[in-house]
Amino acid sequence: MELNSLYQEVILDHYKRPHHKGLSELKDIQVHHVNPSCGDEVTLNLSISGGIVSDISWDGVGCSISQASTSIMTDLVLGQTVAHAYKILDNFSELMASKGTMVGDEALLDDAVALAGVSKFPARVKCALLGWMAFKDASVQAIDGSEKA
Amino acid sequence: MKTTALNAQVLKADFPILQREMRGGKKLTYLDSGATSQKPLSVIDAQSNFYKTKNAAVHRGAHLLAEEADEAYEGARKIVADFLGAHVDEVIFTKSATESLNAIAYSFGNAEAGSKFALKKGDSIVVTEMEHHANLIPWQQLARRTGATLKWIPITDEGRLDYSILDGIIDSTTRVVAFTHQSNVLGTINDVSKLVEAAKKVSAITVLDACQSAPHFAIDVKKLGVDLLAFSGHKALGPTGIGILWGRSEILEEMEPFLFGGSMIETVTMTDATWARAPRKFEAGVPNMAGAVGLGAALEYLTSLGMENVHAWEMELTQYALDKISNMPGLKVIGPLDAVDRGAVISFTVEGIHPHDVGQVLDQHGIAVRTGHHCAWPLMKKFGIAGTTRASFYIYNTLEDIDNLVVGIKSAQEFFKVG
Ligand SMILES: Cc1ncc(COP(=O)(O)O)c(C=O)c1O
Repeated sequence: MELNSLYQEVILDHYKRPHHKGLSELKDIQVHHVNPSCGDEVTLNLSISGGIVSDISWDGVGCSISQASTSIMTDLVLGQTVAHAYKILDNFSELMASKGTMVGDEALLDDAVALAGVSKFPARVKCALLGWMAFKDASVQAIDGSEKA
Repeated sequence: MKTTALNAQVLKADFPILQREMRGGKKLTYLDSGATSQKPLSVIDAQSNFYKTKNAAVHRGAHLLAEEADEAYEGARKIVADFLGAHVDEVIFTKSATESLNAIAYSFGNAEAGSKFALKKGDSIVVTEMEHHANLIPWQQLARRTGATLKWIPITDEGRLDYSILDGIIDSTTRVVAFTHQSNVLGTINDVSKLVEAAKKVSAITVLDACQSAPHFAIDVKKLGVDLLAFSGHKALGPTGIGILWGRSEILEEMEPFLFGGSMIETVTMTDATWARAPRKFEAGVPNMAGAVGLGAALEYLTSLGMENVHAWEMELTQYALDKISNMPGLKVIGPLDAVDRGAVISFTVEGIHPHDVGQVLDQHGIAVRTGHHCAWPLMKKFGIAGTTRASFYIYNTLEDIDNLVVGIKSAQEFFKVG
């Protein structure tokens, strides 16, 4: 059944027990992103030091896909260089745009390949991308801020 | 159970889209008419026949096509007028209810200082806490532009307007009272006469958002007593891209136009222009003729069923659905629980499952519902929820459709291991 391809166990696990959820005190930058069509919200705290994602935490309300995807994203980028995090992000964005034609690079995306099924449901792609876009925005602002400082 | 004169199962055959297959080969159970209704073949044909046989710019040409297009377009206006109990010159074609409501706000914004439509600091505009964004943001913006204050009538936990404090809200500063006839989220039908009475006492202009009412029960603008009214064709079996703005003739006479250009003028020089009378004054440019003709066919279809039968059937569906849904474990209906002064729109939350996920599982069963904030974000905040799942019914829905919904919700609860 198609539902099982959309809601894989890994996704439901992250949904029920999200990682890095609850905003930490540490932050260079905080962003708040909403999905205006459905009202899902995510607030993301990010710290970058020496070009590495040194801390990331978030809070938000939303559907299983948006919550799980944000949880998975934080696992993937924490401790990585920003450059590598962007590589993961680009790869994930490509997977989401694939309309079900890609399976995803597990070496790079790890748990996020479980979200491959989302790409078959155009209305859900923006749910999966909500947290990732918040990360992108926060990282750009954090880097801009540190360059100006 | 008593049966009404309307046979939904038979009507389904008039709607080609209801015959199509959904994901997994499932039949379509369409429970999203509050967002947009499906169209009977007669509407689809009326619109395409206009293009096939009569297409010409109305109010302009001297040829046969223009004459016939004129006749079709003005004929549609007459159908709308009859549907609303209005005079034909009081009916303005717009592109949607959203445009109609914005048009009113822009027109008031264009009014000369001192006119009865002009707002200034110290004046207030009153809306309700259950408005669709389309009947909230235009007023927010008008208030911002003019310095007027925006006030609103709050709602009770049950999801009805709190009429007990009406006097404190509609007061001598109030110039406009804009409110929805029926909430697109709660299903609540508001007491128009009470609000009109309060507004009249202070000589405020009343604007009614009839998007969720005009398609579902008989409306008579004279009895309602409001000054202006808006609804969308596409929620009333008609095509998209056509909406209605109705105004009492005295009001339209004095209101400023909000779009300028061809067709809306009486005379023009290089430096000045004067306006045609309503409705032309408000219909600049070549209008959506095929859309108007399609809407005419839609309202004829509804009239042939009888709006009282439409309403009776919807009430039967609503009662049946409320009985079924409100008793399900983990389900909470957001809005009135009794089928009194409420329409065929039922919003609910399912404990432990986000509305988007509920909608996804229902989709797997071929059931189309709306999920999210329903363009009524402040209302969601009031109830402390991120969104709801909304089932809305129309003439082609059957009791079996509601049974399908119940099965679908149960299967969502099983899938997400809640309930
Ligand atoms: C109560 C209400 N008002 C206004 C609108 C706006 O209608 P439209 O989008 O057709 O302009 C809607 C449609 O969702 C509605 O339900």
